[in-house]
Amino acid sequence: MNTQVKILGLATLGSAVSAVPVMAQSIDEQVNAVFASSTGWFVNLIFSSFPGTSFPWIVGWLVVAATIFTIYFGFIQFRAFGHAIALVKGDYSDPDDAGEVSHFQALATALSGTVGLGNIAGVAVAIGIGGPGATFWLILAGLLGMASKFTECTLGVKYRNEYPDGTVSGGPMYYLTKGFEERGLPMGKILAVLFSIFCILGAFGGGNMFQANQAHAQITNVVGDYPGWITGIVFAVIVFSVIVGGLKSIASVTEKIVPFMGILYVVTALIILLMNYDRIGWAFGEIFDGAFTNTGIAGGAVGALIQGFKRAAFSNEAGVGSAAIAHSAVRTKEPITEGFVSLLEPLIDTVIICTMTALVIIITGQLVVDAETGRYLLDEGASTIQTVDGNKGVALTSAAFSASFGGFQYVLAVAVILFAFSTMISWSYYGLKAWTFLFGEGQTTELVFKLLFCVFIVIGAAASLGPVIDFSDAAIFSMAIVNIIGLYLLMPIVKRELNSYMARLDSGEIRKFA
Amino acid sequence: MTGKIVVGYDASPSAKRALDFALDAALANGSGLIVAHVLEWSPYTFLTKEEIEERHARRNMELARAEEAILKPAVTGLGAKGVTVETVSRFGNIAEVLAKIARDQKAEQIIVGRTGHSGLTSRLFGSVAGSLAQAAPVAVTIVP
Repeated sequence: MNTQVKILGLATLGSAVSAVPVMAQSIDEQVNAVFASSTGWFVNLIFSSFPGTSFPWIVGWLVVAATIFTIYFGFIQFRAFGHAIALVKGDYSDPDDAGEVSHFQALATALSGTVGLGNIAGVAVAIGIGGPGATFWLILAGLLGMASKFTECTLGVKYRNEYPDGTVSGGPMYYLTKGFEERGLPMGKILAVLFSIFCILGAFGGGNMFQANQAHAQITNVVGDYPGWITGIVFAVIVFSVIVGGLKSIASVTEKIVPFMGILYVVTALIILLMNYDRIGWAFGEIFDGAFTNTGIAGGAVGALIQGFKRAAFSNEAGVGSAAIAHSAVRTKEPITEGFVSLLEPLIDTVIICTMTALVIIITGQLVVDAETGRYLLDEGASTIQTVDGNKGVALTSAAFSASFGGFQYVLAVAVILFAFSTMISWSYYGLKAWTFLFGEGQTTELVFKLLFCVFIVIGAAASLGPVIDFSDAAIFSMAIVNIIGLYLLMPIVKRELNSYMARLDSGEIRKFA
Repeated sequence: MTGKIVVGYDASPSAKRALDFALDAALANGSGLIVAHVLEWSPYTFLTKEEIEERHARRNMELARAEEAILKPAVTGLGAKGVTVETVSRFGNIAEVLAKIARDQKAEQIIVGRTGHSGLTSRLFGSVAGSLAQAAPVAVTIVP
């Protein structure tokens, strides 16, 4: 089986058939070495710590921002929660606008871009390094992130570009330019260009390579080991046929299956939790202990916090600016309504789905505890916690689920591939919007981006997890640097919109149709 | 003229019979006719990012096409027979939208064709005629 796949893959490449057995593995190694050495400096810059601590400044940057937005908008995530649900249900939708994109559709599409490997593999990475305590910080970051999402999505809709043919383009690059101009602030254009560059890197990194990498990990987990570039090429061909070949049916089928896969995943997790109901109290105990005390993991409680915050941001993308691109395509009379709807995303993505993954991993006892001290045992490198079968990333989640449901690894493999695929398609869209902002709209420039995007799928699948995850994180977080500067300077505009909307809601000028 | 009659129309043979029936009723009562075409649309489906981006343009295109290709051919010549005819095209759930038009326009009745749904699909999803019978604010005539 293994040799067959190799020969097939090589024939596709049209490479020489000599030295078949050694060559395939060495391609992966070469890709990995070149990739790790060429991106290392960028990763180090983004993840450098505050002087004298081991706390990465970028994590602080995101959390401080989310906290400031939460306070500035008076705990909007709780205050507007009921109204957000009513909007999604369609209570405030004018029936005469039927046929336009509904709030539900906007939310579902934005979610399918964020619900993905971050929820399955990312959480496993966080728990594998930070222990159960990381879950606490993950949930907290998810709750705070709701306010960041609210802010950026409102601005995304407010400052989008509408074209005569009825299509729209929006996102941080547009509110950074137009919003800054309106407030008479300098540097808007420069920030917009910076954001676009980072967004393209993010599309290649977390939106692409990480997905390809973990999809490959999941497949090998089920069918056995084979070189990553083969998975990469298969994925690249499918993505190519959708984004270049215009095979829209694949994308739209994925878009319809992904929500059901998400529901299936959560329901399965719930069943596993119910089967182990006697350990739920213990699991939450572990989560609280690990969040505030040193349970033996690398970096102690601070290590747990860093992992939790990092993976939450990576999963729900609050403050990153990608959701602002997704939501801005929706037509609505009130930009702020998209903000309300979008604040549900971190809740569903992080507080619900990520927590499910974490609880299943903890409850099924995947992490190895020292029987005498009760502290977690570390691997040789002393950075990750030992797991029962030495699993990491998506393989850890897979092992946790299969421990209760034999054969669930096959379901999970399908889910992972679909999630990876839908996230890739979403990020190819975000990346393309940034690319056309920089280079203008046109068939040739768009084609260049799309081809590059496909090349990175192969690199991502071939490289090993460490360098890929580092680069993916760095690229996504660098988007947040620029985006959040913009959010700080433009948040008074959101406040004005919020006050005006709330006043009209109270006075009955905005009322329910249903 | 005493009132208005809403007739659901989708260019199917059954809808044509309903329109003929409605025309006779309108002439007999001296009512006005509202010929309505509803494009089935649910706000709870899943769309891709491209579909969302193109949605507004597509919606306008689909409405224009409904007006041009379905409603216009149906009502041409009706005015000459001495009835006032309006056309409406909307998106939404067919039965709900027809009921809403009747309510908004203060129509006296709704006339629809009994479209030939097979037993199974109408059992699962319900037919337009069946839902209207349940939900309409005014009298409903179902034309076989």
